[in-house]
Amino acid sequence: MSDDPSKESQEANDGTIGDESHLYADTVGEHLPVDVVTAAGDESTEKHQFRQTPGVAVGLDELPRNASLWGDAWRQLRRQPIFLISAVIIVVLIIISMFPGFFATHDPHQCNLIDSLLKPSSEHWFGTDLQGCDYYSRTIYGTRVSISIGIIVVFFVSIIAIVGGSVSGYYGGSVDSIIGRITDIWFVIPTILGGIVILSLVSTRGVGTVSLVLIVLGWATLLRLVRSSVLAVKANDYVDAARAMGASNTRIIVRHVLPNAIAPVIIVSAIYVGVIIAAEAALSFLGVGLQLPAISWGLMISNAQRRIITAPYLLVFPGAFLTLTVFSFILMGDALRDALDPKLR
Amino acid sequence: MGFLRVKKSEDLGGSSADPTAPLLEVDNLHVEFRIEDGTVRAVNGLSYTLGRGETLAILGESGSGKSVSAQAVMGILDTPPGFVTQGSVKFRGVDLLALNKKSKTYDHVVPEVRGTRIAMVFQDALTALNPVYTVGWQIGEMFRVHQGASRKEAKEKAIEMMERVKIPSARERINSYPHEFSGGMRQRVMIAMALSMDPDVIIADEPTTALDVTVQSQIMELLAELQRETGMGMILITHDLAVVADVADRVVVMYAGREMETAEIDDIFHLPSHPYTLGLMESIARPDVHVDRLTPIPGTPPDLLAIPSGCPFHPRCTYATERCPKEVPELESVNGSHSSACFYWKEVQVEL
Repeated sequence: MSDDPSKESQEANDGTIGDESHLYADTVGEHLPVDVVTAAGDESTEKHQFRQTPGVAVGLDELPRNASLWGDAWRQLRRQPIFLISAVIIVVLIIISMFPGFFATHDPHQCNLIDSLLKPSSEHWFGTDLQGCDYYSRTIYGTRVSISIGIIVVFFVSIIAIVGGSVSGYYGGSVDSIIGRITDIWFVIPTILGGIVILSLVSTRGVGTVSLVLIVLGWATLLRLVRSSVLAVKANDYVDAARAMGASNTRIIVRHVLPNAIAPVIIVSAIYVGVIIAAEAALSFLGVGLQLPAISWGLMISNAQRRIITAPYLLVFPGAFLTLTVFSFILMGDALRDALDPKLR
Repeated sequence: MGFLRVKKSEDLGGSSADPTAPLLEVDNLHVEFRIEDGTVRAVNGLSYTLGRGETLAILGESGSGKSVSAQAVMGILDTPPGFVTQGSVKFRGVDLLALNKKSKTYDHVVPEVRGTRIAMVFQDALTALNPVYTVGWQIGEMFRVHQGASRKEAKEKAIEMMERVKIPSARERINSYPHEFSGGMRQRVMIAMALSMDPDVIIADEPTTALDVTVQSQIMELLAELQRETGMGMILITHDLAVVADVADRVVVMYAGREMETAEIDDIFHLPSHPYTLGLMESIARPDVHVDRLTPIPGTPPDLLAIPSGCPFHPRCTYATERCPKEVPELESVNGSHSSACFYWKEVQVEL
């Protein structure tokens, strides 16, 4: 279109569209102030020059670009200390779990019995355990197990929940009944108790086994959430509209329903990572999770309990890491909920 | 801006469209909703024919089955609980409904018509547009879905469509989200989406109900103008007699899912031949008729779970006799294409 302002206002004023220019001015007024514009990252560099039509406030020549739900949520999140703190902790933990060797001071498997049960010192920051292993390095390596189990489990649980929940919620009818009844049955099985029963039947248990068991036991809650969220979104006119415009069911689910239904799933997923990490630690503590020589906070806590009086630091350090990790994911979930669900603000 | 002619296959669900047949023929359409409390008979025998360039208004109160009949035509009825139990819908001679032998109901079997042949404009564009996508993306989706256009082509075409429905600064506004537009502009976006595939029939389901009066007339004008340009047929679903008077060629008056009266627009306003139509006329202020007090229709719209026997309007009708609850009045020709489903249409006419 032309960049000549006089031509545009002339167009707007002639005949058929009447007072359109005034309508347009109204919508411009709804935009956010200019200072929030720069938030949207690289896309915001593309300037939006709006022609001055009668009634437009002077100085509004640049408009916010990213007014979507996510853009809005991001603007809100950036200003939230809780989000920033939990995000920093989670990022650090993920980096540690990816490159533990970079943070550790010793090889966690290189243990010297002479150094058994040393108190924290400048050489061994968190002291040493019964086998004489550097406890700080073991705690660092333990991050890897916790974070990877948490993320692997939640990733697969989310896939199961999103596929199952959207099929169940969108199609309804007998598919919904079948999935719904299976979910009901799964709900009856407590995760930890079920985990104990299944894992005690397996003789060698690694990260894969524990993850698999937690995936198998843990999908029901999230699937129900996806289903109810899809049901709520499905009732919207834009789903009917998409159907009337000739979109297929798959396209409607993927393009129209899920993007609107996903917010609560993301919130709960973040919290769920924390829950799964705690569950792994609990199973390892109970002796049905990971096995030595694997390094896991749960195992460390389990071994520390016998020396809780003589060497309390053996319990405190992995316990603190575990608590901090779980707490960060739960805080992250809370912050996301505040940003994504304006009604709860 | 160039008017885009979209090439479409004449093959619809295996049968070939007949270019000489009327655009849309709905015959004896019955729709019901099977819910726990019973069966809601939403549409009970609706028939109409829509020709090229013609505007047919379906007029009725809330719950008269007007929107449901449109959903059945589009094939976007929620099934279950909604079922088409009888009737036929033909687009250019091609039957869109087929009997499902197992359920004894009719399924919409020609999804190809949706969007490309028959398009729909919804009542409230704020809820009918997806809040997470920009308007440009949503209009462009039509081109991506139906024509396999690339993202860039789709964007250009979306701008073209936005200019066609007279959205100012279309190029700049293409990346805005629906909530950043005013109500009238949003409805224009909706119309742009509906028109993007150059449909033969457009169903406008109360397109102006959510808008204020000045914007209403702009939108109706736009629709009428686009209709003149393209020659498409329009089904206008509304409860607003003023809107009907402005744009419609023919009117079907519905009550409790049944056709009460059908006529050319002038006949409806000058010679209403059904007590319900007459009641509607008397309940609105008209610039050409002076009355001191408007007369509302007594009573409330019927419970569709228990539609009154005989003529469904009889409990609210001042002309009702003991015959009315016993017998269902058939549509009877009053004069040419003007017909009324009332035993006493002559008496109604005399009153005027």
